[in-house]
Amino acid sequence: MTIKTEAIGKEWPATTYEVGKEKIGEYARVIGIENPVHFDREAAKAAGYRDVVAPPMFCVVYGAPALGPAMFDSEVGMNFAAMVHGGQQFEWGEPACSGDVITTAAKCLEIFEKEGKDGKPNNGFYVFETVSVNQDGQEVARGTWTNIVRGV
Amino acid sequence: MAELNAGDQIAGLQVTPDKYLPHRYAGASGDFNPIHIDPEFAKAVGLPNTILHGLYMMGLVARASAEAAGGDPRSLKRLSVEFRGMGAPETEVAVTGTIKAVEDGVATIEVVAAQGESVTIKNAEAEVAL
Repeated sequence: MTIKTEAIGKEWPATTYEVGKEKIGEYARVIGIENPVHFDREAAKAAGYRDVVAPPMFCVVYGAPALGPAMFDSEVGMNFAAMVHGGQQFEWGEPACSGDVITTAAKCLEIFEKEGKDGKPNNGFYVFETVSVNQDGQEVARGTWTNIVRGV
Repeated sequence: MAELNAGDQIAGLQVTPDKYLPHRYAGASGDFNPIHIDPEFAKAVGLPNTILHGLYMMGLVARASAEAAGGDPRSLKRLSVEFRGMGAPETEVAVTGTIKAVEDGVATIEVVAAQGESVTIKNAEAEVAL
């Protein structure tokens, strides 16, 4: 079976997320980060942040909702039963702080097939990008999400 | 400012996520995929049991990388990872790393997350500002 590639370049409607102080603390606690800049407003300000600052990987909290419609788009046509999250990259810019309103847009960067090893069927690679900007138009995070579908 | 040199090992971290950690991570992140929180569902799709969220383990890699640079969250500029084996709750996750290069105030760290012999994140590369 040949992989469908017509969704390459497709963009989906942006989602908006308002960052909250307690949500930042909840995320930081689960990861085990103890730096007070994630919990305490005064500590964050003393460290030069506008407000309580999110750990970098909090970008999945405000970024992932934009990706949902892309993943489930029938034009993309991923077979979820055979899909794994193969790789992930984030690049960070302006820190995300409590009170920020972050808008994230998702786009399909690439869809391609790679020959399976040792005679196994080909794997499909689906690469999406999310770009998150704050209320002042500053980029806070850019994500590259690679999903692999075994035996396209 | 952290003093980092090429070839140095970072302190890394060891964490044993308890049985309910995937539930708390699901709540914190919004990712409620049942393979992480429902043992019956996980087994029905062929997994041995519920598995850790890959992005949770990437969160641990990000934490260890930022801590290597002194702990300021601003220091982490880029992180790329490959997800490999599945992570299991109630098993220690060890994050280890080596400084690959230090150039223009930015250290590149090669990082791995593993549970015993089972590597869950490989070829991870973090860039941290010093």
